Amino acid sequence: MTPPELLLTELELDALTELVNIGVSNAATSLRKMLREEVLLSVPAIEIANHAKAATLISQREGDHLVAVRQAFTGALNGRALLIFPEANGLELVRAVTGEYVSPQEAAAMEDEALAETGNVILNSCLSSMANMLRRSLTMSLPQVVRGEGTELLRTAEGREAGLVLFFYINFVARDRSIRGYIAMLMDLPSLSALKLLVTDFIERVMGDDFGQDG
Amino acid sequence: MAIKVLIVDDSKLARIVAAKALGTLQPEWDRVEAGNADEALARLAGGGIDVALLDYNMPGRDGLVLATEIRALYPDMPIAIITANAQDEVIERARAANAAFVMKPVTTESLRAFVSGAALRLRSAAR
Repeated sequence: MTPPELLLTELELDALTELVNIGVSNAATSLRKMLREEVLLSVPAIEIANHAKAATLISQREGDHLVAVRQAFTGALNGRALLIFPEANGLELVRAVTGEYVSPQEAAAMEDEALAETGNVILNSCLSSMANMLRRSLTMSLPQVVRGEGTELLRTAEGREAGLVLFFYINFVARDRSIRGYIAMLMDLPSLSALKLLVTDFIERVMGDDFGQDG
Repeated sequence: MAIKVLIVDDSKLARIVAAKALGTLQPEWDRVEAGNADEALARLAGGGIDVALLDYNMPGRDGLVLATEIRALYPDMPIAIITANAQDEVIERARAANAAFVMKPVTTESLRAFVSGAALRLRSAAR
């Protein structure tokens, strides 16, 4: 596996991690509102890997029975964001979000739909804050619920899983409920130079003179 | 003597951004940096720090734990927690440690209220 620091400078990597960190913190704030429980976050882990390695990393930590909400994003950055849970946790999340409004039977019947909607809110809050900071728009696909092991979660219809990805990984746990999961983000690296430019722009802007006025 | 601010964040970029916003608001204040809680406490033990800006989500001890530790040692120091994680509990814990809450990404605007308040407190304490 290629160490990230061979492809990006320390400051570029730092900037990307900070972008993801702010995005995920916003996502946790959204999730807090939906669960009505505090959500604890880990510090983002970052690696450059191929899809097979990324899939292994996911399965190693969570096992093979996973459910995920996946959204692709295109634009200034291309990749996929996933909200991943142990499969048994999916229904628990739906119950926590819908609360007293639906019966357990109804919650079970609407599990996928509710997961997709919850994932949509959380992933959008993460991605849109990142897009705002980059001052570029990201187009988000509709959320998709996928089940299985790591490889299944990362498989795309377009078969884009050949190249290297920048792989970010953050785990979260609700303080008072048995809900835990992971936000994973894969950024495609076919155009590393474009990514470097974007990050350089971002760094220059946040360190530049106009940031205080309009940032 | 110039007021000295300690900026604690594991991200170098975030430290630079905070230092820059601070520099715009209070150009005459000195700034020192630390990358984690232990480094921060070592800096504080060295003396001369008047104000602390703490990132929340850091490897090792987080900014809220660090704020509580600093508060025990320096009951009157103006402290701010800096994060995009605006959950009620995070804001409450910041308040419990008598620390201000500043949203990331840090700008001169988001930092202004805290810095004005800190300047006021330090001036009245010096009197």
